[in-house]
Amino acid sequence: MLLQVEKLTKRFGGLVAVNEVDLTVEKGKITAIIGPNGAGKSTFFNLISGFFPPTSGRIRFQDQDITRMRPDQVARLGIARTFQTTHLFEQATVLDNIIVGYRLRTRSGLWDAIFRTPRLKKEERESREKAYEALEFVGLTGMADRLVADIPQEAKKRVAIALAMATQPSLVLLDEPAGGINPEETDGLAELIRKMVQSGLTICLVEHKMKMIMNLADKIMVLNHGTKIAEGTPEEIQKNPAVIEAYLGGGADADNQAT
Amino acid sequence: MRISVAKRYGTLALLAIAILFPLVVQREYFIYVMTLGYIWAISVYGMNLLAGYTGQLSLAHAGFFAIGAYATGILTVKAQVPFWPALLLGCIITAIIGFFVGLISLRTKEHYFAIFTLCVGFILFLLIERWDELTEGVRGLIGIPYPGAIGPITFESVTSQYYLVLFFLVLTIFVIYRIVNSLVGRSFIAIRNSEELAQTIGIHLMKNKLLSFVISTFFAGLAGGLYASFVRFLGPGIGNITVTFDMLTYLLVGGIGSMAGPLIGTLLITWITQSLQFLQDYRMIIFGPILVLLIIYMPYGIVGAARTLWAKYKLRKALPPEMKAPAVKESLQQVEEGSKS
Amino acid sequence: MIAQQLLNGLAMGSVYTLVALGLTLVYGILHIPNFAHGAIYMVGAFSTYVFTISMGWNYWLAILLSIIVVGLLSVLMERIVFYPLRHATPIHAKIAAIGVLLFLEAGAQAIWGAEFKMLPTPYDKVVNLFGVTITQQKLIIIVAAILLMLALHYFLRHTTTGSTIIAMAQNREGAFLVGINANRVSMMTFFIAGGLATVAASLVAPINLVFPAMGHLVIMKAFVIVVLGGMGSIPGAIVGGYILGLAEAFGGAFISTDYKDIIAFLLLVIIFTFKPTGLFAKGVQ
Repeated sequence: MLLQVEKLTKRFGGLVAVNEVDLTVEKGKITAIIGPNGAGKSTFFNLISGFFPPTSGRIRFQDQDITRMRPDQVARLGIARTFQTTHLFEQATVLDNIIVGYRLRTRSGLWDAIFRTPRLKKEERESREKAYEALEFVGLTGMADRLVADIPQEAKKRVAIALAMATQPSLVLLDEPAGGINPEETDGLAELIRKMVQSGLTICLVEHKMKMIMNLADKIMVLNHGTKIAEGTPEEIQKNPAVIEAYLGGGADADNQAT
Repeated sequence: MRISVAKRYGTLALLAIAILFPLVVQREYFIYVMTLGYIWAISVYGMNLLAGYTGQLSLAHAGFFAIGAYATGILTVKAQVPFWPALLLGCIITAIIGFFVGLISLRTKEHYFAIFTLCVGFILFLLIERWDELTEGVRGLIGIPYPGAIGPITFESVTSQYYLVLFFLVLTIFVIYRIVNSLVGRSFIAIRNSEELAQTIGIHLMKNKLLSFVISTFFAGLAGGLYASFVRFLGPGIGNITVTFDMLTYLLVGGIGSMAGPLIGTLLITWITQSLQFLQDYRMIIFGPILVLLIIYMPYGIVGAARTLWAKYKLRKALPPEMKAPAVKESLQQVEEGSKS
Repeated sequence: MIAQQLLNGLAMGSVYTLVALGLTLVYGILHIPNFAHGAIYMVGAFSTYVFTISMGWNYWLAILLSIIVVGLLSVLMERIVFYPLRHATPIHAKIAAIGVLLFLEAGAQAIWGAEFKMLPTPYDKVVNLFGVTITQQKLIIIVAAILLMLALHYFLRHTTTGSTIIAMAQNREGAFLVGINANRVSMMTFFIAGGLATVAASLVAPINLVFPAMGHLVIMKAFVIVVLGGMGSIPGAIVGGYILGLAEAFGGAFISTDYKDIIAFLLLVIIFTFKPTGLFAKGVQ
C-alpha cells in the first residue's frame, strides 16, 4: 500500500472541512475521490500534498510519516499533483514549463550556475531530456515550442500532467483533470491516465465526471461534508443508497457529463 | 542556453561602444554621469533578480545600497582599511545583513513582504541618520578615498573610474545572466509564476527566495561601495525610499524581468534627467504620472514593447497574403493580450 | 504622570487609528496596500491649511471642506490609477501606488515648499481633567475619533450602502451575483478613507505641523497597525492603532523620545518573526 491516510481531520475555525477520513491508496491502482461540491475533496488533496497541516490524523507514504511535511518535501518523496486551474507559466513555451519539473532531482546551486560547471551542464541536459520524455508520454511533442498561452485548454491539462510526471513521482494526485474539456477529450484523458498506470504510476484523482470515473477507477471513495460516506468498487458505489442520497440531495446528477 | 547570433554581436557592439565612450566624448561631465549611471544599473540588476525574476518586491533595496556605501566609506575613512578589502567587506556585510533581513521578511507573503521591507528600509535609513558616532548622520561622511591603485593603474581620474565601474557592471551582468539562465534561475522564475505550483514541483520556497534576496543585496552593496569611492561623500539620503523608487522606475522603464531592461532604463532616465537639469526639483511630478502611465500601458517597459513589436512582425511575415486581414488582427490581439499579462 | 501619558497615547492612537481604518477598508475591497494613502493624509492637512490660512475660514468649516476635496481626490486616484490596474500583477499595482505617493509629495513641495508650517487652531488652551493637564486639541482628537468610529460602524452595519462595502470585502463574487456595483463600492471606500485621513491630519496638524513629508511616518505606522491587526479587519485597525499610540507614549516617556518612532517597526519585526501571517485573520468584520 502506497499511501495510507488515517483519521485525517481538518478544522478551519468552527468549520470541519475534512472529518476523520481513512483511505488506503494501493500501488498501481486508480483511486478516485468523488462527492458533491464543497465535500472537502480539494482540501483533502491539499492536506496530503502538504499545503496546510491537518488538525489531527496521520498520512503515511511508503511507510514514512508525511503528515507535517512541506509541499516541496512531499514532492521530493514522490507525490506529484495537478491543480484545477493549471497555474502554468503562460508566457513561456510548453517545454520550458516542463523542464523545471525535474529541478527537484538536480543538485546544482549558485556556484554551478555562475561557473557553468559540468554538473550544471549535465543536469540541464537531463532536465531537458526528462521534459521531452514527459511531453512525449502525453503526446504533445508537436507543441513543445509553442507558448502555453497559445494552446487549447485540453493541451494545457496535458502539459500540467507532463509537468507532474517530470518530477519522477510514484503517486500522482490529479485535481479535476477533466474540468473544462469536452467528452472526446475526456476519453483521451482517461486513456492517458490508464497509460500512466501501465507505466508504473499510482493515480489518485478527484473528479466530477461520473462516466469517466466509473470506467476508470479501481476504487472510489465518496466524501460528503468532509466525511467519508462510502468506499468501494464502481459497481458498489453506484448501488450505494447513501451515495445516491448525497448527490440527489446536493443537486448534482449522478450521470453528470458536463462540467 | 543558446544565444542568438544577433544578441551575441549586439552585446559585443555595445561593449565596444562603452569602451570607446570616454575617448570619443571629451567632456568629463558626461563621463561622470555615465559612470554614475553604471553604478545605479548595478544596483538595479540586483533589484531585477529579486523583483523581476523571483517576483518579490523589496522596498528596502536602497537601504542595502546605503549599507554597502557606508560600510565601504566607514571602513576606509574611520578604520583606515584599504579600498579593495573595504569594498569586498562592504559587499559581504551587506549580504550578511541581507541574509538576516531576508530570513525574517521572506516568511511573509506578497503584500506583507512589501510592507515589511518598506519598514526595514525605513529603519535602515533612520539608523544611518541617527547613529551619528558611526555614520556622521546628517553631517555626512566625507573624505572617502579614491579606489586603491592596482599595480601601476591609479583610479584618481573620472575616466579611470569609468573603466573600473564599467568592469564591475559587465561582471554583474555576466553573473546575473549566468544565474538567470541556469537551473537556479528556473527555480526563481517558477516561484515568480506561481509559488503554489513551484512548491508542488519540489522547489523549496524559502531557500530560493532567500538566495535571490541575498544576491540582490550583494549587488546593491557593490553598487553602494563603488558609489562611495566615486562620489566620495555620503549622506543618509541615499538610503531613502525615493532612491528605491528611482531604481524601480529605471527597472520598469527598461523592462522588469529582462536582461537588458535594467541597463536601458537606468541609462535612459539618468540621461534624460541630466538633460532636463532645470526640472530636477520637479522630477517626481513628471516621473510619477509617467510611471503610472507606463505601468498601465507598458508594464514590461521598453524591452517588453520591443518584444511585442517583434512578435507582431514575425506573425505578419508568417501569414500567407490571402490570410492577412482578419486573421492577423485576431492573432495580433492575442499576442498583445499575451504580452500584457 | 501615567494618566498624562495615557491621554497622550490615546490622542496619538486616535490619529493612527483613523489613518489605519482608511487603509484597511481599501485593502479589504481591493487587496492592494495603498502606499499613496500617506500622501492623501498629507494633502488633507495642506487642504485645511489652505482653507484656514489663505481663505481665512473657520477651522471646522475648513476641515469639512477638506474632507470633500480630499475625498474626491482619493476617488480620482482610484479611478485613474487603481481601477485600470485591477488585473495587473500585484507588483505593478504596488509600484503605481508608490508613484502616486511620491508625485503628490513632490507636488506639495513644489507648491508650498518643504518647510514646516503652522496650522492655527481655536483650541490651543490647556484643560485640567481629573488632575491631568491636556491640551484641548488632543481632547478633540480623541472625541472626534470616537465619534467617527461610531459613525463608521453605524454606516457599515446599519445602512444598505455601508453593507455593500462589507459584502464586497467578504465575498467579491457573491457581491457581484447580488448586483452590487463594484465601482461604486470602490469609489465610496476611497472617499471614506480619504475623509478619515483628512480629519486625522487636520486635527493633529496644529501639534505636529504641516509639511510635505508628514505622511511618511504616519503611513508606515498605519501599515504596521493594519498588518498586525489583520489587513481588512476594522477591529484590528482600531485596537492596533491605540496599542501603538499608547506604546509610543509610554515608550517615549520612559525610555527615549529619540527612538520612539522605531517602536512601531520593532513591534512589527518582533511579531513577524514569530507570526509571519500577522496577528489576526483577514476579512472586514
